[in-house]
Amino acid sequence: MKRLVIIGNGMVGQRLIEAVRARDDGGEWSVTVLAEEGRPAYDRVKLSAFFDGSSAEDLNLHTPDAGVDLRLGEPAASVDLADRVVTTAAGAYRYDALVFATGSYPFVPPVDGKDLPGVFVYRTLDDLEAIREYARGRHIGAVIGGGLLGLEAANAMRLLGLSTHVIEFAPRLMPVQIDEAGGAMLRRYVEDLGVTVHTGTGTTALNAGPDGAVATLSLSNGAVVKADMVIVAAGIRPRDDVARAAGLAVGPRGGILVDGTGRTSAEDVYAVGECAAVDGVCYGLVAPGYAQAEVVADRLMGGAATFPGADLSTKLKLLGVDVASFGDAHGTAEGCLDVTFTDPATRVYAKLVLSDDAKTLLGGVLVGDATGYPALRAGVGLALSAPPLTLLAPAGAEADAGAGLAALPGSAQVCSCNAVTKDTIVDAIHAQGCADVPALKACTRAGTSCGSCVPMLKQLLTLEGVTQSKALCEHFDHSRQELFDIVRVRNIRSFSALIAEAGRGKGCDICKPVVASILASLHTGYVLEGEQASLQDTNDHFLANIQRNGTYSVVPRIPGGEITPEKLIVIGEVARDFHLYTKITGGQRIDLFGARVEQLPLIWKRLVDAGFESGHAYGKSLRTVKSCVGSTWCRYGVQDSVGLAVALELRYRGLRSPHKLKSAVSGCARECAEARSKDFGIIATDNGWNLYVGGNGGFRPRHADLFATDLSTEELVRTIDRFLIFYIRSADRLQRTAAWIESLDGGLDHLRDVIVHDSLGLCAELDAAMAGHITNYADEWAATLDDPDRLSRFVSFVNAPDAPDPSISFTVERGQPVPVSSSAEGRQPVLLGMPAVTEGSPA
Amino acid sequence: MIIDVAFQPVCPLDRLEPDRGVAALVNGVQIALFRTSDGELFAVGNRDPISHAYVMSRGIVGSRADVPTVASPLHKQVYDLRTGTCLDVADVSLPVYPVRVSEDSVVEVAVE
Repeated sequence: MKRLVIIGNGMVGQRLIEAVRARDDGGEWSVTVLAEEGRPAYDRVKLSAFFDGSSAEDLNLHTPDAGVDLRLGEPAASVDLADRVVTTAAGAYRYDALVFATGSYPFVPPVDGKDLPGVFVYRTLDDLEAIREYARGRHIGAVIGGGLLGLEAANAMRLLGLSTHVIEFAPRLMPVQIDEAGGAMLRRYVEDLGVTVHTGTGTTALNAGPDGAVATLSLSNGAVVKADMVIVAAGIRPRDDVARAAGLAVGPRGGILVDGTGRTSAEDVYAVGECAAVDGVCYGLVAPGYAQAEVVADRLMGGAATFPGADLSTKLKLLGVDVASFGDAHGTAEGCLDVTFTDPATRVYAKLVLSDDAKTLLGGVLVGDATGYPALRAGVGLALSAPPLTLLAPAGAEADAGAGLAALPGSAQVCSCNAVTKDTIVDAIHAQGCADVPALKACTRAGTSCGSCVPMLKQLLTLEGVTQSKALCEHFDHSRQELFDIVRVRNIRSFSALIAEAGRGKGCDICKPVVASILASLHTGYVLEGEQASLQDTNDHFLANIQRNGTYSVVPRIPGGEITPEKLIVIGEVARDFHLYTKITGGQRIDLFGARVEQLPLIWKRLVDAGFESGHAYGKSLRTVKSCVGSTWCRYGVQDSVGLAVALELRYRGLRSPHKLKSAVSGCARECAEARSKDFGIIATDNGWNLYVGGNGGFRPRHADLFATDLSTEELVRTIDRFLIFYIRSADRLQRTAAWIESLDGGLDHLRDVIVHDSLGLCAELDAAMAGHITNYADEWAATLDDPDRLSRFVSFVNAPDAPDPSISFTVERGQPVPVSSSAEGRQPVLLGMPAVTEGSPA
Repeated sequence: MIIDVAFQPVCPLDRLEPDRGVAALVNGVQIALFRTSDGELFAVGNRDPISHAYVMSRGIVGSRADVPTVASPLHKQVYDLRTGTCLDVADVSLPVYPVRVSEDSVVEVAVE
């Protein structure tokens, strides 16, 4: 095996690991990564989200990989190119190939006082933690630098509650990316947020106060700005110190000199990302770094890829303002023409740079609304697809994007983050059968980084003739959401009425349970009433879960997993008396297996009498709300997680939904209840509750995303109420919350707008729907036992109600009954080399 | 249809809910009996040929094009109620049995 050593585990270093591992089918390379920071790669582009409720874990990019030896906190100290050895404080590593991915460091101008306490840089999570710690109890902050990073840092200070100054040497904000007029528009947005902007002035000194920490800044225009803390964000410089010391060639302005293949001046030594100077030029953006990582991975596998050159286009949301710059944004081409559009009312500024004959798009700047960015960026270098003003008007750009996309040549990049061309996407649609955006993402990686090209992926699917049918089945041309609205608006009360009005045929095992669920959501009541009984899957029909041999399992509700000894004894007695196999579930309750249909009412009579009710394990409905033991017992707990879990489980019990719903509550950040793997998970904080949504285990495990922080119990419950009802109303059949959120245009932000900011004016309706559910909830099993007609369904044979099904038999495994297989290819007993123990055998 | 097998009474017609099945034990054979919403009766074997469990009577009744159907409650394969043919898996079928309603509204099935 050949040894690959990578120095650095930033975003680009991580991308290189993934690219190598993805291509190294033959297991040719062992990978060792030497990382300076104590934590694995994280998303530095989204760093300021750290102050907006995201945790370090949310930003993590690294997934553990047995084929990668990741050595955290072990920076490379020196490299011996002749012997091919990298030395660290802990050891020495021989390499067959070496890649520098050391990134860059913040540039701090040599002004007096730059080392005072209270002066920070903005680069790593450690920097951010130090900033957060220092900001406690302080009031005024200043950022030196009004570029991209400086505005990010200003936003961080604002989120920390400081009144903020930004000091920029150039005459406008973001001088590298945008022009004078765009900078002026951006400044209006930024000042409206309470940030004080000083442009055209440098910082000459940082001055200490009586406590020795920074207290004021002296500016070159003579002004003095008071500040309790300062962040320096005046640019970055490549980390090339180890490479220089080893004797590698460096670029004229620093950076490890590489050619188009990523190779440095030494054999088998490469550099990627911000530390590399490609033909002398360093790039401070992640997309060119990713492209370099892909090139080097290809070269390591014996390929012949070369760096295609960098697209420095960027689209950002800075302090909530869309800013984009693409192509020749500053109009440096000879004779080029500018077309600009400024609307002070809506605060939109847009500029297109055109060739001297006004026929070819060269670049542009967008501030305030960057909807048109994906299509415009992809159109750089091509003939204009519409008159410039049509392209510039924000709505026009979007409307025309489809036509523009059709005109693009196959070699045009649709996803610049991952260098995916239109050809690659079209090929994935036709040759690999990708029929939706998630399939295209998985297949091509397009849209997986910044996501701005996702609308283009959708348009490409349409242009290539992929129609995504919404039809539920052959009986309805509608999606579940549309059927929900039809039933609600026309107040339809039965399946037969709905299919007569909106469908055809007699229905099937797909549409009938969907409609049963919709009817249950809108007209609360017994789910087996009248015609509704014929719509239900067998699980809902017998209020139990069918198993492989035709018997059922029974799960009584144990809210929050909290149970008294008396109730536990009843479950044990019932299981013993009916010879039921007993197992603890993953949701902190107890599942009793092997009940025949005619036994179900007898079992439930005993359970209901003991105070149990249906656990809805059989339904597409709320299952459980797990909990850790919380502050009542746990020495670390900060809130009563059990109390909240019980209350939530009782509130949402019986709620029918497009798919099962799971939840959990953890009493502190240690997260013992695994709440982030749930559809809605709650984690206690010192100040209340953090709510996470869209997690699940299963086939494609997914962590839930942080939705809201430090909520009071009342706010939390109201938010979950709305989340659940909105999900029930608008999700597709069998669509878990994660896929549903992904399918919403605007995703999590849109969801937040709807249920927190009430952007659709729906919240009162959602609240009322949940109130109706809670008022009308009744235990289905108690309701069944009370009614002889309902009970009459629970017979083995219509003409021999008490005869047990003769096909059902059990054997004993580990002391409990299990089904005897009726087929030759059935299950075999597990042999573990232990003596078999059967019931009644002597101990 | 076989004519020399006697029809045997199973249950009153009103014991069958529209578009829902019941299981019956006739001559030791497990039958799944269905009454569709337009009043037709069907009798097929209760054994699911794929899972081998006796569960067909608990499947959801519906239609595919013009064919009246039942879906296995375990893995949802769909069968033609008239012929027993599985519409999703080749060479799989359910046995079908003659079924009728007597003059006094009792459902009768003929099983060999």
